[in-house]
Amino acid sequence: MKKLINSPDEVVTDALAGIAAAHPGLSVDTKARVITRAAQTRIGKVALVSGGGSGHEPLHGGFVGTGMLDAACPGEVFTSPVPDQMLAAAKAVDGGAGVVFVVKNYTGDVLNFRMAAEFAEEEGISVQTVLVDDDVAVQDSTWTAGRRGTGATLLVEKMAGAAAEFGGSLAEVAATGRRVNAASRSFAVALTSCTTPAAGRPGFDLPEDEIEVGVGIHGEPGRSREKIRPARQIVADAMAAILDDQPLDPGEEVIALVNGLGGTPLLELYIVFGEVASVLAARGVRIARSLVGNYVTSLDMAGVSITLCRADEELLTLWDAPVNTPALRWGV
Amino acid sequence: MVGLELLDADAARDWMARTAAAVLDERDRLTELDAAIGDGDHGVSMVRGFTAVSAALAAAGELSLPGAVLLLAGRTLVSSVGGASGPLYGSALRAVGKALGDAGGADGKQVGAALGAGRDAIAALGGARGGDKTMLDAWIPAVAGFEFAVAGGGSLDAAAQFAAGAAEGGAEETVPMEARKGRASYLGPRSVGHLDPGAASTVLLFRALADAVG
Repeated sequence: MKKLINSPDEVVTDALAGIAAAHPGLSVDTKARVITRAAQTRIGKVALVSGGGSGHEPLHGGFVGTGMLDAACPGEVFTSPVPDQMLAAAKAVDGGAGVVFVVKNYTGDVLNFRMAAEFAEEEGISVQTVLVDDDVAVQDSTWTAGRRGTGATLLVEKMAGAAAEFGGSLAEVAATGRRVNAASRSFAVALTSCTTPAAGRPGFDLPEDEIEVGVGIHGEPGRSREKIRPARQIVADAMAAILDDQPLDPGEEVIALVNGLGGTPLLELYIVFGEVASVLAARGVRIARSLVGNYVTSLDMAGVSITLCRADEELLTLWDAPVNTPALRWGV
Repeated sequence: MVGLELLDADAARDWMARTAAAVLDERDRLTELDAAIGDGDHGVSMVRGFTAVSAALAAAGELSLPGAVLLLAGRTLVSSVGGASGPLYGSALRAVGKALGDAGGADGKQVGAALGAGRDAIAALGGARGGDKTMLDAWIPAVAGFEFAVAGGGSLDAAAQFAAGAAEGGAEETVPMEARKGRASYLGPRSVGHLDPGAASTVLLFRALADAVG
């Protein structure tokens, strides 16, 4: 394993020190492990708090700033943060109007955020939770952990964040987040596994000519292993999975996110985006807004996730609203 | 060797210390089991948690009640582990500690009831049931074994031994199961053929209890 680290045990702490040094617009408590905006929350503004395991950068810390999150809580690599962090974050950023927790649907994240919500309510802070579960590779059922939260997390944080800046109430901001999640579907393919600093070797072995189809963002194997094929065919299969789950009619509009998992060049991500655009054009679906880059990553995994969010005028207004964070910035 | 008749505060401390030593010894195995069907952090997470428990118990000084020891241990796990295992093990030990109440020394019947409360806390928080390929598949037979031994007139020592054996058997039974909860559930049928790492660490917890009261 070759990594630019000092010690596997200090990865998160050292990265937080770097985030603090790089971004004066953020305030980083390296001890409590909470990243907040340097400015206090405006009184009456609903605050957005998210968090999750580290290793998905720029998610979530890179999305703290005007128009998006008020605070992020990074856990250990691929391990959800602990309730103490979310409670500290909620107390730090509550502007009196309550706090929305944006939680990716993984058992660990759900349990820790649930405990944190209980602790916060005990301290008089109103909390609403928005669960993100957009990954169609996982079959949903009452008896399972349900779908994973992946690329749509960025869309939820952006648009719920905008709703909060526009003065939405706690219920309205949470409803916006849930609406974005409900309108979004994702599918991911990995060309390689990834290596956590603690484990020191890849989470799974993948032969040179094979890919994992339907992966999440934690180096876990996907639904199936298949032979590598031209990008056109891989995207066709991913798009079929997404569109089977949420059919889009001619004339409908989407926000399309092609997201790198950390180890794939932008050149390839654009090839994927081109294929996504062809599939949508053939169906008469219009790409109203697009985003291409590494936003919800899985350490050094090579691969891509595709997220489509069915858009309407309100969501597009929220998407276009000013945002000023380390990883996403426009309109300012 | 004659085992303890009551689980007192010292025995509860010993239980936690032995668990800490066991997860350290088995860290790599737990991590490998988790890498196969999860994300490969279970060994590291358990070591981080029980190292924190040892430090918290040392810092707390004299604790006269076994319930207080386990409440502190559970609270420390919740605050230090993260992931699913932190809240689940943390809530379980908190429930065990709470159920022991103000007993200075708990007999087999009381310990059995407390362990049952721990099992119920895991089920309530995680929403899993037996057969879902989770730590509950070791907890359920372990508690049942413990209560069965006590009902038959067995000593605390014998019941804990019986529970540890039952936990091991339950963990082995997770191998052919298809996971329905936790991160392994994303693999669907590909989760079959692997021992559940949470069930494996549960075996260590119950083995440590048996050693502490044995």
